[in-house]
Amino acid sequence: MYALVTQLSIWAIPVLLSYVLVYALYKRVPVYDTFVSGAKGGFGTTIRLMPHLVGMMVAITVFRESGALDLLTQALRPVLNAIGFPAEVLPLSLLRPVTGTGSLAITTDLIARYGPDSYIGRLASTIQGSTDTTLYVLTVYFGAVAVTRTKYALKVGLLSDLIGVIASVCIVSLIFG
Amino acid sequence: MVNYIWAGMILIGVAVAFVNGKVDAVNKAVFEGAKTGVTVTFGLLSILIFWMGMMKIAEEAGLLNKMARLLGPLARWLFPTIPKDHPAFGYILSNMTANLFGLGNAATPMGIKAMQELQKLNPDPKTATPAMCTLLALNTSSMTLIPTTIIAIRMNYNSANPADIVGVTLVATFIATCAAIMIDRWYQRLERRR
Repeated sequence: MYALVTQLSIWAIPVLLSYVLVYALYKRVPVYDTFVSGAKGGFGTTIRLMPHLVGMMVAITVFRESGALDLLTQALRPVLNAIGFPAEVLPLSLLRPVTGTGSLAITTDLIARYGPDSYIGRLASTIQGSTDTTLYVLTVYFGAVAVTRTKYALKVGLLSDLIGVIASVCIVSLIFG
Repeated sequence: MVNYIWAGMILIGVAVAFVNGKVDAVNKAVFEGAKTGVTVTFGLLSILIFWMGMMKIAEEAGLLNKMARLLGPLARWLFPTIPKDHPAFGYILSNMTANLFGLGNAATPMGIKAMQELQKLNPDPKTATPAMCTLLALNTSSMTLIPTTIIAIRMNYNSANPADIVGVTLVATFIATCAAIMIDRWYQRLERRR
């Protein structure tokens, strides 16, 4: 099953590209001209994203490098220990919705320090794999269409991240604990 | 809410750095963070340009409309406000499929195209529509079949069975996605009652 899905992931893009091209040629679409006219839109979209991403990255880096993140982890440690959540995994859970590369760095660090097959290693892997960078997704998607009033979208994203973390703890402790 | 989170992260960071006597760390973080922002954007540039070109071909060939029709019941249940056979459905489906296979790089342009289609239906371009929020909910909880990056890291650190977290990850991501859809629905209902 795993091998099959991995192969599917590897083949997905080449097959998709060929299928689109063959089908378009069959439909007599001038493929190269169409490609160029569509691709032009990519530049404007990306440039529009830059202010959003620069702003967010600065805030995240300041929060982490100042030691504020460590402080928050320390403050919450007693509560977490009481409910059986390893405090070592807290920075990951807090940063996962905010930065993909940052949380990946933390996951790698946890795996290196506690071992990939430890409870903490497996929990970190599961949390990293089962949620996405909510703030980044929000920044990129809403930034691309210049929507500024995002209503309840952030709350939905953060709440589902929280549920993802809780679900990860439950299932990992059930199977591997 | 984004406004408060953003300003809060910076202000709390500065205050903590002042107390810790690490004000120079803030100076460094500002430059590093801004640089990362630009690097990430340029990383997106190449991917966005290529995939938006490819998607234009798919659109002109009529593939997106075909996909939209195929998707039918599920998408219409998730996005009741989008008119039937609207091209947005095609982009949304491609976005969901790419996420499922862990092709994050290809999923983003498709999601952005879907957003741009949804924006055309938006009576107030500054405010998010319910359909936009649903698309966001699906993407932030991103159902993934195989977390390839994580497996690669576990392999690097000599795990006995690097892929043994696939099962638990699937369960966790499924629960998170269902939760995202339900929470989104709940907020939609609250909005309508106002």
